Amino acid sequence: MNGPHDVGGQRGFGAVAPEPEQREPLFHAPWEARMLALTLAAGALGHWNIDRSRHARESLPPAIYYGSSYYEIWRRGLETLLADAGLVSADELMTGQTVGAPALTNRPALQAAHVVPMLAAGSPYTREPPAPARFAQGQRVRAINDHPTGHTRLPRYARGRLGTIAAVRGCFVFPDTNATGDPDPQWCYTVVFDATELWGRGADPRSTVSIDAFEPYLDPAA
Amino acid sequence: MTGHNGLMPADDHEHEHEHEHEDHSELSAIAARVRALESVLIDKGYVDPGALDAIIETYQHEIGPRNGARVVARAWTDPDYLERLRSDATAALAELGYGGRQGEHMVVVENTDDIHHVVVCTLCSCYPWPVLGLPPVWYKSPAYRSRVVIDPRTVLAEFGTELADDVQVRVWDSTAELRYLVIPQRPAGTDGLTEDQLAALVTRNSMIGTEVLAPAGPAETEPS
Repeated sequence: MNGPHDVGGQRGFGAVAPEPEQREPLFHAPWEARMLALTLAAGALGHWNIDRSRHARESLPPAIYYGSSYYEIWRRGLETLLADAGLVSADELMTGQTVGAPALTNRPALQAAHVVPMLAAGSPYTREPPAPARFAQGQRVRAINDHPTGHTRLPRYARGRLGTIAAVRGCFVFPDTNATGDPDPQWCYTVVFDATELWGRGADPRSTVSIDAFEPYLDPAA
Repeated sequence: MTGHNGLMPADDHEHEHEHEHEDHSELSAIAARVRALESVLIDKGYVDPGALDAIIETYQHEIGPRNGARVVARAWTDPDYLERLRSDATAALAELGYGGRQGEHMVVVENTDDIHHVVVCTLCSCYPWPVLGLPPVWYKSPAYRSRVVIDPRTVLAEFGTELADDVQVRVWDSTAELRYLVIPQRPAGTDGLTEDQLAALVTRNSMIGTEVLAPAGPAETEPS
């Protein structure tokens, strides 16, 4: 969806103000660390995947999204996911007081001893390809110009633009459908665009920008 | 801190209470909401407090940019390892014990005299956790995400990185599940250093691509 998260090329956010690397704390308040941990632990219950989770965050109203710090966006996203899954109620989230009985979860609560193995295992997103790859390295392709209302990982700045397949990366779960529970595996390609193709005559003629694009995002260049 | 623009009074209030003291101070609005969330999830048996602590502990002490620095130092000193990184970075990182969450599918890109790579996620905050840890605030900020794709040289200059005009800038937008690690150029004057000494020179930002590494040795002691 054309949500507030899709900021590539947008103006008005000002200069980047990096904190000095050696002095930057990992968390800027204790609640940020708790929010990270809650998000990972709740995710382990198995009620949503990474694409559903991203979609919950990018569906926040723009004024809320831009007015919230990073982990605040995570909090709002997690509350949406928990409520949608029927695991908690809005009242419980507001008061911190449990009212209803616990729901039956898809997986048991993550235990401390399983944290390191879980993080080390990760969640590989590659799948067996249902068909051969449609595109090959070096091929010219044009990104589709679609504006879906659901989740997508094709950024707006690349839509309709002409690029070149730089690498065939393998077959992965397709975010657009995975966000609603259907992994529908698709080939994924790194597509390189000239900066001038994306940003026009004022762009650095030698710079490039690449995206990792799923096969349904691409058409062969005519 | 990103994006506090006055739209949300609760967040403005929070800034007055940035420093929490768990025992006695008033909790900020956001800290109170997170505490309420944690209470309910623990109370319902959905999360285990020990697991929460273990997650935080892991990212505070075990998984961070020193991992990536070790990879870079190995790549600089072992051509066979560099070749394995090029052909299958995920497997080559696993040799050093690095992999898993948010690093399931890794790619390395190498800076040269002619090409400078820089990594972003314009859509959220995708970042190679097993080798760099959790992303810094600036990497997640709309300022970086919006501008590095359209105006990379200006953004790099904001990090103090000035590239020659004839260097090509390649921006990698992490829009799928591939995660990118930049292998910075090995600084001049490091010929005699051990792998550990080399790793100590590698900054996190150089592995994202917003910095180049300064020459080592006497240059460090010269007034800048």
